[in-house]
Amino acid sequence: MNLLWLQSGGCGGCTLSWLGYQHGPLFQVLADEGVELLWHPSVSEAGIDEARELITQCADGRRDVDVLCIEGSLLRGPQGTGAYHRFGGGSQSMAEWVRQIAGRARHVVAVGSCSAFGGITAAGINPTDACGLQYDGELDGGLLGPHFRDPSGLPVINIAGCPPHPDWITETFAMLARGQLGARDLDDYGRPRFYADQLVHHGCPRNEYYEFKASARKPSDQGCLMEHLGCKGTQAHADCNQRLWNGEGSCLRGGYACIRCTEPGFEEPGHPFEATPKVAGIPIGLPSDMPKAWFVALAALSKSATPARVRENATADHLKRSPSVKRGRK
Amino acid sequence: MTTRRVVGPFNRVEGDLEITLDIEAGRIAAAYVKSPLYRGFEQILQGKVPADALTLVPRICGICSVAQSAASALALGDAAGIVAPPNGRLAANLTLATENLADHLTHFYLFFMPDFARADYAGRAWHGATVERFRATVGTAPNEMLPARARFMQTMGLLAGKWPHTLALRPGGSTRPLQASEIFRLHRVLRDFRHFLEGVTFGSTLEEVAGLSSRSELSAWQQRAGGGDLRRFLVIADDLDLWHLGRATDRFISYGCYNDTEGRLFSAGLWDQQRLPLDTAAITEDISHAWYAAAGLPQHPAGGGTVPVAEKPGAYSWCKAPRLAGRVVETGALARQQVTGHPLARDMVQGQGGSVAARVIARLLELALVVPAMERWLTEFVPGEPWCIPAPLADETSGVGLVEAARGSLGHWLTVRRGRIHGYQIIAPTTWNFSPRDGEGEPGALEQALAGLPATADDPIPAAIHHVVRSFDPCMVCTVH
Repeated sequence: MNLLWLQSGGCGGCTLSWLGYQHGPLFQVLADEGVELLWHPSVSEAGIDEARELITQCADGRRDVDVLCIEGSLLRGPQGTGAYHRFGGGSQSMAEWVRQIAGRARHVVAVGSCSAFGGITAAGINPTDACGLQYDGELDGGLLGPHFRDPSGLPVINIAGCPPHPDWITETFAMLARGQLGARDLDDYGRPRFYADQLVHHGCPRNEYYEFKASARKPSDQGCLMEHLGCKGTQAHADCNQRLWNGEGSCLRGGYACIRCTEPGFEEPGHPFEATPKVAGIPIGLPSDMPKAWFVALAALSKSATPARVRENATADHLKRSPSVKRGRK
Repeated sequence: MTTRRVVGPFNRVEGDLEITLDIEAGRIAAAYVKSPLYRGFEQILQGKVPADALTLVPRICGICSVAQSAASALALGDAAGIVAPPNGRLAANLTLATENLADHLTHFYLFFMPDFARADYAGRAWHGATVERFRATVGTAPNEMLPARARFMQTMGLLAGKWPHTLALRPGGSTRPLQASEIFRLHRVLRDFRHFLEGVTFGSTLEEVAGLSSRSELSAWQQRAGGGDLRRFLVIADDLDLWHLGRATDRFISYGCYNDTEGRLFSAGLWDQQRLPLDTAAITEDISHAWYAAAGLPQHPAGGGTVPVAEKPGAYSWCKAPRLAGRVVETGALARQQVTGHPLARDMVQGQGGSVAARVIARLLELALVVPAMERWLTEFVPGEPWCIPAPLADETSGVGLVEAARGSLGHWLTVRRGRIHGYQIIAPTTWNFSPRDGEGEPGALEQALAGLPATADDPIPAAIHHVVRSFDPCMVCTVH
């Protein structure tokens, strides 16, 4: 299975994240899994004329592309010209190159939330009219339109995340190469379910603080970040706290809020990223699938039941009080 | 007769790059460096609450993400009038150092060395071994380096949650307090990285490499047994005379980086035939050849703006042209070591000026210099002491954050009005190095470095051009942001 990777309105961070793959030498792993890099802007030998010729062949059909991977938002501006990114060496916009090759590729993969949904480049006034391949934020559409399907009937496969975990990218490729990624393996936003059917909350090391609503007040506190500091881990689809990043990290483990970067529209939460919006003291964003009345009732109950240990540790940057040790069998 | 040739896409740079060459009599008469991608972060940031910058600016760049984050944290800290406590300072040093060193490694093994495995060099004595070792994706070197790099990046998992795009660095310190056992695990990660560098990259101790004080000492070291990838590069550098390739202005700047209890590991300054203080008030951005609406004279970034325009006569890049007191400067690892006064950097520049060889060696030299500093910073943490202090911001304020990314000087200039971001201007390292011409018509650093190189109208682009371009370790996504 060959793979052509192009970058447009993004930061290159998806590629950099991917290069941190920890389960073997990445290039050898790809070869093992039958994935051939036709061209990747950061790692391939071929440049300039050689690269242009190859990409031109992919666009005009002289060369078959099994997987087209796009990293970065697609820039439609200014005024629909796509001129905010003309692919180096010519006058054609990158958006047009992507349209042409996507129409011929066996599969189209959006690597990262920019190419999936528009992402961070679409934040603020969205100066470049950035969008995703098949989504414009939460709206169906994007560059390729809502009805896009590859020859096997799949929509754009969205490896959402800012950036995506290196495993998400590698495993998606391996599953495609084995023919194991079908429509049922993608969720409503086209994300591979093997990671998107989890919530960031699952496996969060702050779970005891969450249970008792013992909340952090300021950066470096150990408590739960949901009540005051903007954490959306209970709503964000990803397995960040089970799979872990760079060996043993995650946003929560790093001490800062989940900003739900795997979700469309995360770049414009409608409030400061690290402040939880509330009505009458109650956070507006509820945990996924949680009825509001129960959430409020349970929060009130658990707050009144918070052990002093948990309460004190929540607003400190190190353990003030250790769990008590019980002697004898109980 | 002048032939104009448009060359792109350059790959193995971070982002997209195109260069237009005017070729006369078999030489490059003039080069025009074009950054073809605009994203508009400075516009995106306007009107946001200032703290949102910490989430947004790392996403300017996937390879300098922490540097962007650190500059933003410093700008916000400057605006709040606070300085992080020692634990926070050390965490920031270690996080930035990890990114900078990982970038040096990525540059050398993935971006730069594969060019010597190209067929252009078939027939050179070293070519066969270089193909086996450094060929893109299939060589032994990239497949040995990537796992070592991934292991090294576990530092980020422990210190910063993840990389790229951490939110751990704050104006008041770090959100990630470390306990003794985590500090021990970081120590193990650094030991493994040291073993990789000493065994694979240098074939020598880090201290020996860091202590090289002249080109003649470097040559003597090269002759000693030990192997390693730096020695492999030096053989190529001598054979192709990369010492006389890619000279730009030989004026270098560094903002200085890695705060110690007193002073910095690498100090700030300007090198212009001698070491001078750096006057950041003399920095301006010129947009005469960039696709932005003119706002009069070149502006200092604290008062600058960003208004893109689709068409503009004479413009050829989305990159603005930063100048220091109106002059072109170069930034990067060589500049940093030249300014701070490392004797090997000074000797290389004294001899042949800024060159492809000197830039690459300066990066590897930093690997040898910074890992021991990281080992020392780890011992200076005091668990239980504060990691982060509050940084309340006035509704009307301003701040500056200056850091050194792997590829050079990065500055953020922030102004806050009515509690919101009024202005946020960013000058990235490659904005300096790959700038277009300014209002006086003076070409940017890379444009100068390319002028005079052999090239023809029809033949494939000579490998030397690739070497010169990549010797700056360009990051195009930062350049325009």
